[in-house]
Amino acid sequence: MLLEQNHITKEGEFVINMGPQHPATHGVLHLKVWLDGETIKKVEPHLGYIHRSIEKMCERLSYRQFIFTTSRMDYLSAHINNQACALVVEKALQLEVPPRAKAIRIIMAELTRLASHQLWWACMGLDLGAVTPFFYAFREREAINEIWEETCGARLTQNYIVPGGVMMDTHPNFRKRVKDVMKQIKDKAHEYEELLTGNVIFQERLKGVGYLSREDAISYGCTGPTARASGINSDIRKLFPYDGYEQIKFDEVLNSGGDCWARYLVRIEEMKQSVSIIEQLIDIIPEGDFQVKTKNVIKLPKGDFYQRVETARGELGVYIVSDGAASPYRCKFRSPNLSNLSAIPKIAEGAKIGDLVAIMATVDLVIPDIDR
Amino acid sequence: MKILLSYSFSSLASKISTWLSNVISNEMLLIITKMLILGISLLAFLVVLCFFLGYMERKVAAFMEIRIGPNRVGPKGSLQIVADTVKLLFKEGLTPDASDKFLFNLAPFIVVITSMLVVAPIAYAKDFQLWDISIGVLYVSSISSMGVIGILMAGWSSSNKYSLIGAMRSGAQIVSYELSIGLSLISIVILSGSMSLSEIVQSQANGWWIFKGHIPVIISFVIFIVASTAEINRAPFDLTEAEQELTGGFHTEYSGMKFAMFLLSEYINLFVVSAIAATIFLGGWMPFHIGSLNGFNHLMDYIPSSIWFFAKTFLIIFIIMWFRWTFPRLRIDQLLNLEWKYLLPISMVNILLVTIMTIMGWHF
Repeated sequence: MLLEQNHITKEGEFVINMGPQHPATHGVLHLKVWLDGETIKKVEPHLGYIHRSIEKMCERLSYRQFIFTTSRMDYLSAHINNQACALVVEKALQLEVPPRAKAIRIIMAELTRLASHQLWWACMGLDLGAVTPFFYAFREREAINEIWEETCGARLTQNYIVPGGVMMDTHPNFRKRVKDVMKQIKDKAHEYEELLTGNVIFQERLKGVGYLSREDAISYGCTGPTARASGINSDIRKLFPYDGYEQIKFDEVLNSGGDCWARYLVRIEEMKQSVSIIEQLIDIIPEGDFQVKTKNVIKLPKGDFYQRVETARGELGVYIVSDGAASPYRCKFRSPNLSNLSAIPKIAEGAKIGDLVAIMATVDLVIPDIDR
Repeated sequence: MKILLSYSFSSLASKISTWLSNVISNEMLLIITKMLILGISLLAFLVVLCFFLGYMERKVAAFMEIRIGPNRVGPKGSLQIVADTVKLLFKEGLTPDASDKFLFNLAPFIVVITSMLVVAPIAYAKDFQLWDISIGVLYVSSISSMGVIGILMAGWSSSNKYSLIGAMRSGAQIVSYELSIGLSLISIVILSGSMSLSEIVQSQANGWWIFKGHIPVIISFVIFIVASTAEINRAPFDLTEAEQELTGGFHTEYSGMKFAMFLLSEYINLFVVSAIAATIFLGGWMPFHIGSLNGFNHLMDYIPSSIWFFAKTFLIIFIIMWFRWTFPRLRIDQLLNLEWKYLLPISMVNILLVTIMTIMGWHF
């Protein structure tokens, strides 16, 4: 009976629990893995270790406050999460955000994407056993963190974006600092190539591993770089532009490979696109207000409102049902990581243990976003 | 200056030996005393060496990773490893309830003992060798492969699945890479016509084998370095530990000094393979000579032989550390493919080349 339950069909098969405490799961993800020797038979993700009921908490918080709990969901895309919530409130109130605030928001969001992808790159190397890249990526990430620290006062959960604009104007050093960082990232790009991208062992570890077909990616609801590496146009910035992304020239990075290597290349290319977006904007940030005046207590009209944004990991949707009160009646987040995680059992089947680590690294999960 | 030039281990050893035989008259007691002194000094040497290697590894890692490395304990952080060891000494050496307690506690000792045994036939300096055994190469390759027993024992007795996977990986890995190591050692045995390490060093008096032996010896040198990196379970071949996959592999359940034993044996192994590579391919304690440039050759002779030996050894240690801090880890099937599809066929062809070269006398 027990054997049947655990799907152990023949002698020599066994089950290991990767996580909740495991160096490769980057948090408290728990993967139950059925193994035959080194080969994976089945993977089953177990969730709920870091559930903080953020959605329920939002029902008690005002529309100014509920934005800030979302910084704690996908903590690496804190700005973009905040942006999504601010956008849904603005949509409901039909507020027009000043152009300066829009530009600052985009720069901050792209800086977030850069920092997030750099952290992913760092952990990517770490997961595959190369410790050194970690420090190179963190050198650039630290510079971005310093920009945030100066302007927002915080380095990880910035809470900078509010309904109607941004909380305060940028620091006087902002423009110079951002330009310096962009120059630094472009100058040091060759180190990234030399350390990981060009490494034969690294390429061998990723090529042909964890193949996610276009059909599977659609049916599992994958978004973000994970989906784009399977050849799906899923960039919300292109499909449903918000905050003035429609005026910016950038390419949606696509790759039809579908394997870990394609996902790696997509993220590397996205970093370059983010740099180009920031460079387009940084010199033409319009003057004017950084915030439109809103009432002290924001009350949304009755109805339900939805807004989606492209975080560093995919599509984040915020759905709010309002009954006209000062806090949402019901709040639901469509998080990119949950859908991306659901594809892992499919693509990890038949892979080796080492491959599972590579797959988890390239899908780039942030666990608090899965559980919320 | 004069003292430095006449400095040699052998004169020091013979002085101590004469002094001892004057003091102790009983023959048996004399031998036991000598053995004890030898053993204790070897142990002390190895432990100090491991401290140094640990410090070196951290500094090399820091250098590769654009950071400073240990810099708080002692001058330039040099006592950091001592502090770490003290910490490990005070930690509780846990034995898991479900483990096979006898094997679990025995395994670290087997691993350390085997790696310490290999140190015996190494020639550290001119006329300074603990045990000039006539089958030195055979001894080294056979004893060093015994370490896998300890690792398998540790993995099995922990009764932890991660440990078991690590141990099985280690078994597959060490047994297969053993072949390439053996074959690349044999190429030099063929060239020098001897298995004794001291004679292999002597055969390089007119030039190191890596220079004398043309391309085949360079190939076997590269194969030796790659295969021995795998043999001692260091990155990019550290699949047995594979922190991100197996949370620590075969030593997941070990703590305190038992864990430190594995660390100790890892560093001793690192030293041993580098020393063997230096002895076999780079001339051991032989100074660097260029043909008939007598002035230059004399200058090189003034550098003590032990410094030559350790300089070459540490060069190779640095290269192996360099691997570790720049390469990602291989997957298990790629690891075995590398050995069985590339290294082994290449070394077999290479041995043929070396044999033909030796018969025809093409080497210098």
